Amino acid sequence: MSDLAIRVSGLGKCYRLCHEARANRYQTLRDDIVRLPRRVWAKLRGAKYEEFWALHNVSFELELGEVVGVIGRNGAGKSTLLRILSRITPPTVGEVELFGRVGSLLEVGTGFHPELTGRENIFLSGAILGMRRPEIRRRFDEIVAFAEVEKFLDTPCKHYSSGMYMRLGFAVAAHLDAEILLVDEVLAVGDAEFQRKCLNKMGTVAKSGRTVLFVSHNLAAIEALCSHALLLNQGIIAAHGATLGVISAYRAMRPDGPIGEADVRSHPNRVPGSKPFFTHVRVFSDAPNSESISMGRGVTVEMTFAASEPFDNLQVGVTFNDLYGRRLVNFSPTHQAPQALRDAPRSGTMRCRIPWVNLLAGRYLLTVIASDDQGAIDRIDDCLDFEILPRDVFGTGRIPGPQHGVIYLESEWSVRSFDATRGTES
Amino acid sequence: MTHLSPQPFIRIRAARVFSLADLRELWNYRDVLLMLAVRDIKLRYKQTVLGVFWVVLQPLLAGLIFAVIFGRFIKLSSDGCPYLLFVFSALIGWQLFAGILQRAGGSLVNEARLISKVYFPRILVPMASAVAVLIDLAVSALIMVVLLMLYGMWPGWSLLWLPVAVGLALALAMGVSIWLAALNVRYRDFMHAMPFLIQVWMYASPVVYSNTVVPARWRPLFDLNPMVGVIDAFRHAWLGLGSMDLFAVASSATWAVVSLLGGWIYFRRVEQDLADRL
Repeated sequence: MSDLAIRVSGLGKCYRLCHEARANRYQTLRDDIVRLPRRVWAKLRGAKYEEFWALHNVSFELELGEVVGVIGRNGAGKSTLLRILSRITPPTVGEVELFGRVGSLLEVGTGFHPELTGRENIFLSGAILGMRRPEIRRRFDEIVAFAEVEKFLDTPCKHYSSGMYMRLGFAVAAHLDAEILLVDEVLAVGDAEFQRKCLNKMGTVAKSGRTVLFVSHNLAAIEALCSHALLLNQGIIAAHGATLGVISAYRAMRPDGPIGEADVRSHPNRVPGSKPFFTHVRVFSDAPNSESISMGRGVTVEMTFAASEPFDNLQVGVTFNDLYGRRLVNFSPTHQAPQALRDAPRSGTMRCRIPWVNLLAGRYLLTVIASDDQGAIDRIDDCLDFEILPRDVFGTGRIPGPQHGVIYLESEWSVRSFDATRGTES
Repeated sequence: MTHLSPQPFIRIRAARVFSLADLRELWNYRDVLLMLAVRDIKLRYKQTVLGVFWVVLQPLLAGLIFAVIFGRFIKLSSDGCPYLLFVFSALIGWQLFAGILQRAGGSLVNEARLISKVYFPRILVPMASAVAVLIDLAVSALIMVVLLMLYGMWPGWSLLWLPVAVGLALALAMGVSIWLAALNVRYRDFMHAMPFLIQVWMYASPVVYSNTVVPARWRPLFDLNPMVGVIDAFRHAWLGLGSMDLFAVASSATWAVVSLLGGWIYFRRVEQDLADRL
C-alpha cells in the first residue's frame, strides 16, 4: 500500500507586516489615492515591507488511509497549513497535490443561516462543503439521526439550542464522502457529550480508509485517533512520525515557554482610540513542562508594555471571557492591591499570577485593559486564547463539564430524614 | 478501497492561470450556486411580511411616480404610447441591471465569513446574487402583462426581442458586478459610491425619456452607454415602437463581452488572496 493521498513540497506562506499605525483595518480608495505619492517615493527608495513566514519550506507526504495529527503551539502555522490545503488561501511558494476529493471542516456549521430551517441548512451546508444534492438526499436520514434533530427539522435554526446547532453542523460535515478530510479544532467547542460523539465519529472515519489531517491542541485525542503526527514550530516541520514520538518531542520543546503568546503591537482587536501600551501578552502554566493549563492549577499572565505617553496612576486589568463573549472574571490590582502599580515604569513587563483557576475545562479568551486617571489608555479584546483541560479536581473521577456552568467551587452537603427534622421542631 | 489515479485530483500552486479547467470546476460546483440563490430568495421572503408585496410594489410605485412627474407634469415625449407603459417597459430592464449591481456588488464582502472557512469558486457568490434578482424580473414582467391588458395593448412579434434584451442585461450586469464585487473587497469605501453611480447611470440611459430626444449628432456618443441598447431592446420588445437601433445593441453586446472577460480575469487575480483580504 503506497498510494499517495497528499504531497506537499516546499510550501511557504508569507504575510507582509504593515507597521504603519492604521486606525482602520480596511483599505480605502481614498487612502490609496492620498498615499500614492508616498508609495511611489517608497518604491524609489527601495523600502521593503517586513515579511513574516507563517509557513516555511514545509514538505511531507501522506499515504492513503493515514490519519495524521498536526500539533504545535499557537501561531506555529497549523491553521495556515490547513487553510492552504483547503484552498482558502494560496501558498506564496511551493506546491500541494491532493489525490482525491477533499472535505474541509474548519468550523461547525459552515454556511448555516439562522433564519433557515434545519432541513434547508443541511442542503445548503452540504452543497457548500462539496456534496452533490442526490448525495445529500441519500444521506439525509443518517445526518438527521446523528444530529438528533428529527422533531425540529422544519424549525428555523435560530431557535435551536447551541448543542443542537453544533450537532447538526458536525453531522453534515461528518457525512461528507471525501477521500481526504481536513479537520480543524472543531471538537474544542460543545459539551462533553458532543465531544465524545464527535470523537467516536472521527474514530469511525479514521478506520474507514480515508486520509485525515487533524489539527488539535487536545493531545489525548490526537493520541487516540492518529497513527502519525506532524509537529509544527514557527512555520517549520519540527517532527513527523509515529504519534507518541512526536508528542514527546512537542512536550520536550521549549519547556518553560508560554502556552499562548500574542504580539499585540498592531492587533486588529485593539479598541479604536487606544494609545498602544501593551506590546506582548503571554500566558504561562504554573506546572513545569506543561503545554496546557489544567482545571484548578495556577496560571500567570505576562504583559510587556511600552507607554507612548506618560501616565498618572496606572491601572491594569486582565479579563477572561468565554467564546460567547461573556466576561467571566476580571483581575485588577484596583481592588486587591491599589498600590501595586504605583511605581510602574514607562516600559517593562508586568505579571499577574492567578494561583487557582477554578474555571471548567474549555476554551477561553483573554482581554487586557490599561487606564489611568485621565481615562482609558489601551484595550485589546480577546487578544489571546487558551485552553483549560479537564482534571479530576474533586478526586472522585467525575469531572463537571460545560453543561454544569462555567466555574466549579467546593460545596458541602448534608442530609437529614424528614422525621428527624420534625422531631427537633416539636 | 477507492482507486486513485496517479494524476493529482487537485494541484495547489502559488499562481494559477486562466484555463478551461476553471469552467469545468464551475460546473462541478453548480449546486453551490443553486443553494446560495435559493437561500437568498428564501431569506427575502422569510424576513419580512412585506417581502412579496415589496417585490410587486417597488417597480409599480417607481413607474407610477415617473408617469406622474415626467409623463403628466413635464409631458416628456413617450413616442405616442401611454407614458406609464413607456416608462415601465424600460424600468423592468433597468431594475434588473441595477438590482444585480446592488446585490452582487457587495456580495463578496457580505459572505466574508463563508469565504474564510471553505473553498468553492468565489465567482459563484456574485452569480448567486444575480440569480435571486431574476425572481424580481419575473414579477415585474407579470405586472407589465397586466398593465398591457389594462391598456388593451398586445405586443406583436417584437416580443421575440425580450430574451435578447434579458440576455444582454444579464451579461452586462454580471460583467459590471464582478468588477464591483472585487473592487468592494479591495476598497471598502467603494460601497458608498455605488448608489450614486447607479443613479447617474439611470439618467444617462433612456429610461424616463425616449432616445429620440437625443440630437442625432450626439447619438453615437450616447450609444456608447451600453444600457442604451438594453433599454431600447426592452422597450421595443414590449411595445414594438419604431425599429431597433442595431448600433446601440451591438455596442451593448461588445461592452458585455469586454466587461465579462475583463471582469473574469481581474476576478481571478483578486480571488487568489480573497480570504486574506476580507
